[in-house]
Amino acid sequence: MAQAPDLLAQTIWEGLVSGVLYALIALGFVLIFKASGVFNFAQGIMVVFAALTLVGLYEKGVPAFLAVILTLGVMFALAVTIERVVLRPLVNQPDIILFMATFGITYFLIGFGESVFGGSPKQMITDQLYLPKGAIDLKILGGIVSLQKIDIAAAIIASLMIAVLALFFQYTRIGRALRAVADSHKAALSVGISLNQIWVIVWFTAGIVALITGIMWGARSDVSFALEIVALKALPVLILGGFTSIPGAIVGGLIIGIGEKLGEFYWGPLIGGGIESWLAYFIALGFLLFRPQGLFGDKIIERI
Amino acid sequence: MFYREAGQYKTNYAADMAVFPLRQDRIGLAVILGIALVGVPLIGNDFFIASVMIPFLVFSLAAIGLNILTGYTGLISLGTAAFMGVGAYSCYKLTTFFPGVNIIVLILVSGLFSAAIGVLFGLPSLRIKGFYLAVATLAAQFFLQWAFVRVPWLFNYNASGAIEVPQRTLFGLPITGASATPETRYFVCLGLVVVLTWFASNLVHGKLGRSWMAVRDMDIAAELMGIKLLNAKLTAFAVSSYFAGVAGAMMIFLWYGGGEANDVFTIRLSFNILFMVIIGGLGSLIGSFFGAAFIASLPTILKFGLPALGVPLTGATAEHVTFMLVGALIIFFLIVEPHGLARLWQIAKQKLRTWPFPY
Repeated sequence: MAQAPDLLAQTIWEGLVSGVLYALIALGFVLIFKASGVFNFAQGIMVVFAALTLVGLYEKGVPAFLAVILTLGVMFALAVTIERVVLRPLVNQPDIILFMATFGITYFLIGFGESVFGGSPKQMITDQLYLPKGAIDLKILGGIVSLQKIDIAAAIIASLMIAVLALFFQYTRIGRALRAVADSHKAALSVGISLNQIWVIVWFTAGIVALITGIMWGARSDVSFALEIVALKALPVLILGGFTSIPGAIVGGLIIGIGEKLGEFYWGPLIGGGIESWLAYFIALGFLLFRPQGLFGDKIIERI
Repeated sequence: MFYREAGQYKTNYAADMAVFPLRQDRIGLAVILGIALVGVPLIGNDFFIASVMIPFLVFSLAAIGLNILTGYTGLISLGTAAFMGVGAYSCYKLTTFFPGVNIIVLILVSGLFSAAIGVLFGLPSLRIKGFYLAVATLAAQFFLQWAFVRVPWLFNYNASGAIEVPQRTLFGLPITGASATPETRYFVCLGLVVVLTWFASNLVHGKLGRSWMAVRDMDIAAELMGIKLLNAKLTAFAVSSYFAGVAGAMMIFLWYGGGEANDVFTIRLSFNILFMVIIGGLGSLIGSFFGAAFIASLPTILKFGLPALGVPLTGATAEHVTFMLVGALIIFFLIVEPHGLARLWQIAKQKLRTWPFPY
């Protein structure tokens, strides 16, 4: 590691960037889990679906920014539909049933997205959205570290979004209502909070996060359903950070991102390469043995 | 009228505890077995047997395995396909080490390797549960899937990176390899599935099954009653992975024939088996069969059935429709009938029992 500090810096930077993107997906999970106790397996596919809708609309001749607004409309419609069709009939069911229902949403969205927009990979509309392109070369540590501008933009946008979400949760009426629902559905209902409304808001917020993640991720690679597997990476991030913690999602994302890039770079070649596919899970499992609730998760005390 | 328990007296405890207490159920089971043993090979053509019945049997076994873990013990696993892969690869290694040993024995033995790996990945279940465990089993899925491609020892350093199924015979008849007829492979599958289902049925109706269900319903209470959580959870993982492993070995050796081994055991397959369990019915052996029949036959029905009815449907569209339909059906079943097709079957039997006077 010490012989090539510039390579190390480059690897850490790449890990940081993919960590930010993992954290963004994990954030969508955390939002929904916090506010409704639903472990939303479909968050990953929502990212793909949002990006695909955006690009698909643009390819059908819609101007780029109108396409963004329309995609937001689609995500809102999705949130309303999920609330009406899936969540409302399943209210008060065990968590595991709701978890399985999100598998149903996942599969439906895969089939729906592919039949509407086609299964072939698409180019993200980076230029049309005025996202920066190219790279900055930094001369540090006796070598050149190349930073993609899009990655820097992703990091900035992600931090902005997280700040906005934190403020939203902390200081607005709806944010307070969301936290109330997270604490107890029944108590929230009894003080006059509309559970249905809250669910729509939460799922729509998760949809917005999904769209932003989709744009950022799509700009780095193509938009296709192959992202679905990458989205599963958000799960170890979650168990590392804890299911209910927004800071946990971010820290977990960064740890996983950097850890897996370093692991792949330095130890991957020793045992055949491609260890990125499972290293994240093992890092998370290692943490689980010592802190089953994750780094920032709530410790659940069980009683009979 | 025809499905009555009136007049069927139980005079000892064994009769009272029977899995099929009604005479009609026992006759029904015999009829189904008869159809499977005689009717299907007589009537069905090779295509039907090779691409409908054999997959159905393989998936049924895998679904029973996952049902033991998820339905009976309440531990979610997303790594079933990986455990199936362990069965397939260990069966391949065994048959290259011991070419003289009968392949059926090796298929059964390879399940044991899968069980061992399953216990290893089940260990975290002692500290974590629910969603956390689901993620932990994903570790098994991705790690093992990686190993199947990257560890050359597993596929005997083949240049193609795939395992080849050698020809093995039973009573002089080839049952694996290219020259085995669909009928013989079907009979081997049927035999294995029937024996192992009987085994699973005995397990879940016995002491072990009771302790699994206690853990599922409330693990702390189960612990207070003296059930050792460690034993219950790890045996569930072991038995479940054993079934998955045997199903995986059957899948490669009796259905596919080898070449595709490194890209069938994906997370998609794990999900499909989970869907079989959900749609068929959590915590029900017969539900595993219903679910397997449903999910395994759905793509075939859509691909060949709809065009036959005059609805034009290309392969790609059929696949998309399958995805949407499976997704929608999962939600539908969870909302309308959380106990799946098995519960519908039970309701039908109950209606028959009181027919024609429902009150």
